[in-house]
Amino acid sequence: MSDTNIIIKNDPKLECDIALIENANFNLESGEVLKNLKIAFKTFGQLNNKKTNAILVCHALTGDQYVSGTNPLTGREGWWSKMVGPNKPVDTNKFYVICSNVIGGCSGSTGPKEINDKNSEIYGGDFPSITIKDMVNAQSLLVDKLNIKKLFSVIGGSMGAMQALQWAIDYPEKISNVIHIAGALKHSAQNIAFHEVGRQAIMNDPVWKNGKYFESNERPERGLSVARMIAHITYLSEDAMHRKFGRKLQSRDIISFGFDADFQVESYLRYQGKSFVERFDANSYLYLTRAMDYFDHDDTFKKKIEFSHKPNNHIKYLIVSFTSDWLFPTTESKIIVNNLNNLARQVSFLEIETDKGHDSFLLDEPQLDSLINGFLISNFGKINE
Amino acid sequence: MNKIASIRKDWKLIETLIEENRSILDIGCGDGMLMEQLEKNLNAKTYGIEINRDLASKAIARGFNVIQGNAEIDLSQYSNHSFDYVILSQTLQAMMKPKEILSELLRIGSRAIVSFPNFGHWKIRFQLLISGRMPVTEGLPYTWYDTPNIHFFTIKDFLKLCNDMNIVIEKSIGLSSRGRQFDINDSLTGVNFFTHEAIFLLSYKNYEPIKIKSSKKIFSKNSVIAS
Repeated sequence: MSDTNIIIKNDPKLECDIALIENANFNLESGEVLKNLKIAFKTFGQLNNKKTNAILVCHALTGDQYVSGTNPLTGREGWWSKMVGPNKPVDTNKFYVICSNVIGGCSGSTGPKEINDKNSEIYGGDFPSITIKDMVNAQSLLVDKLNIKKLFSVIGGSMGAMQALQWAIDYPEKISNVIHIAGALKHSAQNIAFHEVGRQAIMNDPVWKNGKYFESNERPERGLSVARMIAHITYLSEDAMHRKFGRKLQSRDIISFGFDADFQVESYLRYQGKSFVERFDANSYLYLTRAMDYFDHDDTFKKKIEFSHKPNNHIKYLIVSFTSDWLFPTTESKIIVNNLNNLARQVSFLEIETDKGHDSFLLDEPQLDSLINGFLISNFGKINE
Repeated sequence: MNKIASIRKDWKLIETLIEENRSILDIGCGDGMLMEQLEKNLNAKTYGIEINRDLASKAIARGFNVIQGNAEIDLSQYSNHSFDYVILSQTLQAMMKPKEILSELLRIGSRAIVSFPNFGHWKIRFQLLISGRMPVTEGLPYTWYDTPNIHFFTIKDFLKLCNDMNIVIEKSIGLSSRGRQFDINDSLTGVNFFTHEAIFLLSYKNYEPIKIKSSKKIFSKNSVIAS
């Protein structure tokens, strides 16, 4: 057995760094082992001399390492540019922000569209099952490689919130605080149900071919776009949809008595589906939705925090929910808050009033901006004073 | 670190009731001003609950551990004796179930500090006596139909309730409307007449925490609470 070897090199095409971990023998929760590991990541800002200003941002289901700046793959702004950047709420003039593509993803990290070391073919459906815990274990390797002993903060929304919570459970010694937005201790039955409909749409696309669509150089675009359309509905709220679209017609004055996209909402969803397939891999979508489905700390969270063999009293939690989020409703956030308060942990909680639904954390919410900025700056001051 | 001056007279008095390095829950903490005072001056470890979203948001953004919540619902999530002190300032009269809240305060805290406006103040008594209408004073400035204060009580009423609940009054301070301060035990009838705002330090009778110290955790257990 040769030793683990980690090298970091820049990938000019992806415009990001890649940590190549050879002989990682990375144990997955499923029991499978990944011999080598690739983690695509980007950093923003400067690490200070004491290495106390590092923040890890964990992306959501369809996110990537391009949290801020321009995403070279889409040509659009990074997915959280309004939150992360110079003079933004997570201010990269002050903090060193790391964002890595989760394993199982499709923006350069080890995932189903990458090459399988065993047979030099694309993994496709042969990729092993991934969990949130696996994603966090990989991130922890990266943070170690960057010589950061303790992250000042781990921030995430939705699937990112799941990762942030997993950090508190598995690596409390490596973090000072957690910002957990629009998440839950578990993926609910309804959430699993929506994911399953999305997966069925992909797997029933004749092009999918058990995940081996790359062999014929095709992509199950129809299935993936339907999956995205369904999911997108769950990220909005009825009020927001009504406010945005109502029953307004799309580029016409009268209904067509046909199945064209008569309504603006239909046209919008079709556009969402179409633009999604250009940037996302269908197999990755299957693996990552599954990882979210498997996330469940409902019965175990409190015990794991209370009886952790590593001290975790020092962690400050900020739990945020949104009034109109029915995918990860406030009641789910409050369960986390109740558990932490029951154990006399340092926890803050705010439910932000908005009609924008689950996706609120990605949209313009001034109260979220000032909350996160204030939480980070004031607590950074307390630690470093 | 520089000590900071308190904004309100009652906050200054509350500070005098607490030792250094204690854990404190401030119920109705607003934007965290009292928490800041107690952290800076007493090196306290503070926690807060605030029902108003914007105030809670401000307090969190200033670095305090604050949950947006309703004390009448959310106190149940805390374990017994989670805090050395629980503060309920000027809020008991606005609670749906003041008696339940009082027992909750002393369940989750080893001691409770409760302050309230005294309905037995002479101005209130005279207003009701002379005008025959519900009193409106600087301490209780609301008309009867839009007041958040739904349970009115006097110092005597409060003492009776504490007695019924086996609550020990460790200290009690009365404040006149001009900010003059006196000990409530001195002469109850007079005090009930002149006290504008009352501050009480409460605990349970015969309460003795049994603390078993291990290297990491402190296990705290209630001894018999009944008198």
